[in-house]
Amino acid sequence: MSALAGTGALVRLALRRDRVRLPVWVIAVVGLLMSSVVSVTSLYGSTAEREAYAGAVGDNPVAVMMGGPGAGLPSLGGIVVFEVAIVGYVAVGLMSLLLVVRHTRAEEEAGRTELLRAAVVGRWAGPGAALVVAGAANAGIGLGVGAGLVATGLPAAGSAALAASFVVFGLVMATVGLVAAQLTEHSRGASGIAAAALAVFFVLRAAGDIGGGTLSWTSPMGWALAVRPFAGARWAVLLLPLAAAAVLTAAALALLDRRDVGAGLVAARPGRATASGGLAGPLGLAWRQHRAALLGWGIGMFLLGAAYGSVGESVEELVSQNDALAEFVAGSGTDLVDTFFAVATSMTALVVTGFALQVAVRMRGEETAGRLEPLLGTAVSRGRWLAVHLLVAVAGSTVLLALGGLGTGLLHATLTADPGQVGRLTVAALVWAPAAWALTGVAAALFGLLPRAVGAVWALLAAAAFLLLLGRTVQLPDWAVGLSPFEHVPQLPSEAVSAPPLLALTAVALALAGAGLLGFRRRDIG
Amino acid sequence: MAFPIEVSDLRKSFGSTRALDGLDLAVARGEVHGFLGPNGSGKSTTIRVLLGLLRPDGGSATLLGGDPWRNAVDLHRRLAYVPGDVTLWPNLTGGEAIDLLGRLRGGLDRRRRDDLLERFDLDPRKKSRSYSKGNRQKVALVAALASDVELLLLDEPTSGLDPLMEAEFQACVLAAKAAGRTVLLSSHILAEVESLCDRVSIIRLGRTVQSGTLAELRHLTRTSMSVETVRPVPELAELPGVHDLVSGDGRVRFDVDSAALDDVVRHLSGAGVRALTSTPPTLEELFLRHYGESVPEPETAR
Ligand SMILES: Nc1ncnc2c1ncn2[C@@H]1O[C@H](COP(=O)(O)OP(=O)(O)O)[C@@H](O)[C@H]1O
Ligand SMILES: [Mg+2]
Repeated sequence: MSALAGTGALVRLALRRDRVRLPVWVIAVVGLLMSSVVSVTSLYGSTAEREAYAGAVGDNPVAVMMGGPGAGLPSLGGIVVFEVAIVGYVAVGLMSLLLVVRHTRAEEEAGRTELLRAAVVGRWAGPGAALVVAGAANAGIGLGVGAGLVATGLPAAGSAALAASFVVFGLVMATVGLVAAQLTEHSRGASGIAAAALAVFFVLRAAGDIGGGTLSWTSPMGWALAVRPFAGARWAVLLLPLAAAAVLTAAALALLDRRDVGAGLVAARPGRATASGGLAGPLGLAWRQHRAALLGWGIGMFLLGAAYGSVGESVEELVSQNDALAEFVAGSGTDLVDTFFAVATSMTALVVTGFALQVAVRMRGEETAGRLEPLLGTAVSRGRWLAVHLLVAVAGSTVLLALGGLGTGLLHATLTADPGQVGRLTVAALVWAPAAWALTGVAAALFGLLPRAVGAVWALLAAAAFLLLLGRTVQLPDWAVGLSPFEHVPQLPSEAVSAPPLLALTAVALALAGAGLLGFRRRDIG
Repeated sequence: MAFPIEVSDLRKSFGSTRALDGLDLAVARGEVHGFLGPNGSGKSTTIRVLLGLLRPDGGSATLLGGDPWRNAVDLHRRLAYVPGDVTLWPNLTGGEAIDLLGRLRGGLDRRRRDDLLERFDLDPRKKSRSYSKGNRQKVALVAALASDVELLLLDEPTSGLDPLMEAEFQACVLAAKAAGRTVLLSSHILAEVESLCDRVSIIRLGRTVQSGTLAELRHLTRTSMSVETVRPVPELAELPGVHDLVSGDGRVRFDVDSAALDDVVRHLSGAGVRALTSTPPTLEELFLRHYGESVPEPETAR
């Protein structure tokens, strides 16, 4: 097929470019998953411990949201699936979509695809190579996790099924990334669309699992869990995500065949001949550069929050139906609905921090693309330029948190006919802002002092997510869990507000930003 | 401030790469100064130091009487810069990018902007991402030339322009000069430098190898001569300043150092000159001579 001519060469090129990135992804994801598997297997060695675990989480909607339907509980394999599967799907999903967008739309945007397509390289070679590379990375993770699970003594069939579910989910997200890459001219936009799809898959599955399971069948993440690895693995279910991947690939290629190199689906229109009054300074430019992303994120966060808000009601129902649980909740003095919202909001906070970091890391992108140089060649000072971008990151993430909380609050207030919930849940979301600011501060400090290493903030966000989601599960010492800024945020609404940690986080953020500013004013540009 | 740009013994390394190795440069007020050198010789690095984007390792650089690193922002109100490789904001139109850059410098002349757009035949309503290299360069040029500034720093500004636009560009630079502006023009196009520049600095491997007016530089080079004489010219090859002599069918061809020209012509006339053609050195020969050789010790002809 001539459309695929040159795929082999492009695969080798991609492997050469990602010779560090790919092993890091594979090792990080396998390491992340295996570290929790090992701690789970050591924690729940006895049947009594496993029964107790299953009893505690099986009907707990918060746990179900984060863990899945709990097929296979209380076997050890079932507990492993409950603890690691969803984190694993999110990790392989992000890896796959980012890899594919990186090797398709990002290349196209940079103009390199044009150079390659002028050689003996077919139209489908680029997407083909990207899928091969993403497939290889997923296969590596599947093999690593599968071998690791068997090595810890879990049944081979279940281990293979869980590993296979990671691989096929990764493939689905790779093809989602490929479709997204056809829609927009910008790689950032494509990654955003694909990541939004991942979030939707998560929410549909969470809502479905809490509400009895039907809705979960609309989500590829639900299909992956429906394989039921250690509960009589249903191998045939794997065909569902594979078929979806095939359909998505066909859709992406059909779109690709209908568009020009470099173009998105919407044709470019002539724009303004002169700049509007708002485009007058660095702030106007930064706003212009980020406003579309902010709008997209804003809609996404509001919907995510609304999804949580709509589920909160069923948590309440579930609790009231379950006498034992209702008694437990009444006895412990904590409100399960509030706990649910606290956990849900912490997820939103992790995602929103991604926006803040994207803005901060973009500073380095602007610099290496050569767009900072002409700006600093004008009467714009380095400090002003940096401050403006940090302002967008900080204010933008705060607004996004508020929108997420507002979404949750509006839905929950409507369902419970309690208007007070709107303000209460919005505040519960806003308390996470200082944690997002602190990581933004780290990005600023890196940008000023170690510009080449700015991308490392993504690893820090991943580490913070790991500590927040699994730190307690793998029984890390308190000081280690405390390294994450998210750990210090009072978990409203189930906990009370407490100002000192929030002020401390804000101070840390300011200090880091200051360090970044000092470094940036001293270093070479470019 | 007779010299808007004064650079002496400037040094800058990137890791193990020595980009500037004792570079000297003086640009006088109101002149168009050509900045010549092969790829990688340090032209852009020098300009970036002058803009306060890079911090030099040693030597001194003065821009418009100030310190380019410490007074960057204030100095930048008084200059405009066109980078060698113009990258624009993909989602802004060319017109928006021009206005933005102008406003960031403290305003630009609307009438001049529109006039320049017409002269350079640039559609300001197109998104920057759809511009070719030449059109991106035009955006930066219009933004720079429409600004009311004392100094223009132009880093290979015409490498993507077609000959028609090149002519417009030269007219604009001459107009800027007539308006009293100072221009530092780094360029590869020698014809452009020859027709625009009052003085030229030639650099190589991060050092200035020659600097002066075009006439002065010519003086340092050789004229090619071809002469037909009545009688054979005795001992021509032995004369100081005569190089690469070839003779045959009653003609001699040789190169002669400009300084020895007078002696050689006097010597020739003794043999009865029948025909004589002489070719003055072009900048290109000058350039090639410098870059063909091994690194010469810096000479100055200021
Ligand atoms: N940011 C940088 N990092 C490393 N090396 C650089 C950097 N900028 C320039 N150089 C090197 O410095 C030398 C001079 O480059 P440059 O000033 O761009 O030359 P020119 O503009 O004359 O072509 C080259 O060898 C180039 O590779
Ligand atoms: Mg250069």
